[in-house]
Amino acid sequence: MADTVAIARAAAEAAARQSYGKLVAFLAAHTRDVAGAEDALADAFAAALERWPAEGVPARPEAWLLTVARRRSVDQMRRRQNGVAAEDHLRLMAAEIEAKAASEELPDERLRLMFACAHPAIDAGMRAPLMLQTILGLDAATIASAFLVPPATMGQRLVRAKSRIRQAGIPFRVPEREELDGRLDAVLEAIYAAYAEGWIDPNGSESRRRGLADEATWLGRLVVSLMPQEPEALGLLALMLFADSRRQARRSACGDFVALAEQDMALWDTAMIAEAETLLGKAAGMGKVGRYQLEAAIQSAHAARLELGATDWTAIASLYAALGALTRSPVVAVNHAVAAALAGRADEARRLLDGVADDQRLAEYQPYWAARAEVLERLGDRTAAAIACHRAIGLEPDPAVRRFLQAKLTALTDPG
Amino acid sequence: MRYMLLIYANEASIPASPDTVKTVSPAYVAYTHAMQEAGILLGGQRLQPTANATTVRSRSGKTEVLEGPYAETREQLAGYYMIEAPDLDAAISWAARCPGAENGTIEVRPLWEMQAS
Repeated sequence: MADTVAIARAAAEAAARQSYGKLVAFLAAHTRDVAGAEDALADAFAAALERWPAEGVPARPEAWLLTVARRRSVDQMRRRQNGVAAEDHLRLMAAEIEAKAASEELPDERLRLMFACAHPAIDAGMRAPLMLQTILGLDAATIASAFLVPPATMGQRLVRAKSRIRQAGIPFRVPEREELDGRLDAVLEAIYAAYAEGWIDPNGSESRRRGLADEATWLGRLVVSLMPQEPEALGLLALMLFADSRRQARRSACGDFVALAEQDMALWDTAMIAEAETLLGKAAGMGKVGRYQLEAAIQSAHAARLELGATDWTAIASLYAALGALTRSPVVAVNHAVAAALAGRADEARRLLDGVADDQRLAEYQPYWAARAEVLERLGDRTAAAIACHRAIGLEPDPAVRRFLQAKLTALTDPG
Repeated sequence: MRYMLLIYANEASIPASPDTVKTVSPAYVAYTHAMQEAGILLGGQRLQPTANATTVRSRSGKTEVLEGPYAETREQLAGYYMIEAPDLDAAISWAARCPGAENGTIEVRPLWEMQAS
């Protein structure tokens, strides 16, 4: 029963987000004024979030939002500083889209809005927050808590970024073919940033760290629906679904961290895995390999434990090798080393870790030290392994992961 | 929209012999010509080096005059173009073609469009 209510609520919220984002995108694409567009629709969106879960989603959601926005506009203008902008927007809506919203589909400008949000002239750290706010209507406080920034600071940064879009003349445009790859990458990166902020806490148990994984997945689906021929967009969505499919298995009943290879497969969401596999297969058929497809392929190899009964570390190691060649990332090298070690090639793993040991960024990167501990242990150097494990514990902020490493250290230093 | 392309360069790397300062390099000639042909060029000038700059300010009714540029930095404002472009992307693509972008830095700044009130 509670489930039915939750499902109805989620469906209503999704519909409200769809329509809200579409209206904001439509208005902003015509005026470049994102803040004004949001202002014009803010109250209507709030009313939709409140009423649609109980009353059901109206037949023409955009028309509904528009009517409420117009009805409330007088109050709004009395209260809001941005009254002039809101009035302009409402006039534009009345003139241009009321007929459309009532009779036919509103042109979907959300892709153009996403490219504006992820423009190179916008600070890279603000691209994900901007998208979450403008496309999904999340408030600054919610975004701030996910990104561990004070709400007032996040609010100011969002205002500044929107003002920059307008004042600097950042275009609302899907880039031309020759620059599309790089620009699409910025969009995907921002979505993945929102996702990664979200799944650090899979239980949502820390309320201040409310997960944005669902919102990011939603954005990923939107990009795929608007650009179905972009293999990297498909790859990113597959990657997020694979990771999400294991949400329940990532922690034990008492909240302890469970390593991927140790997870109880019965807790994996097989429907989600199947969807991810389909997406990844479609992307692979397009013949253009990229970072997200490779990362999704690695996830797919982990998921294959469902059929194989064991993890194929050799396959995973070679996928990491390909990813490393593409990204030159020391983080990938660390994961490559772990996979090689688990495939029984500890010497190779050590060479991989030594190859990136000089990278300053790894000095405070916990997984590097955990990987070192793992590899050194396999090579029989328990003393050095314990030292590396100790370093990893000192760098880990998550108490559950710390407990996991602590248990490992105890095993390493146990004379028996 | 109108944009300024502000060209910052390391003055030490610009040979400032009397011969070179009075002639424009072929790359800049071509660049300026391309802008004119595209119909986007509103104006532009090359500046003399900061060795010839004078800084002026008024403080409590007194005018202070100082020798040299506003700030001593490695790269100095060496020239500018003012262009009319539909959006930031168009302005950026012109900035990227500027010969000064190769060794220096181009800052792209939109102008406030003033209205007579």
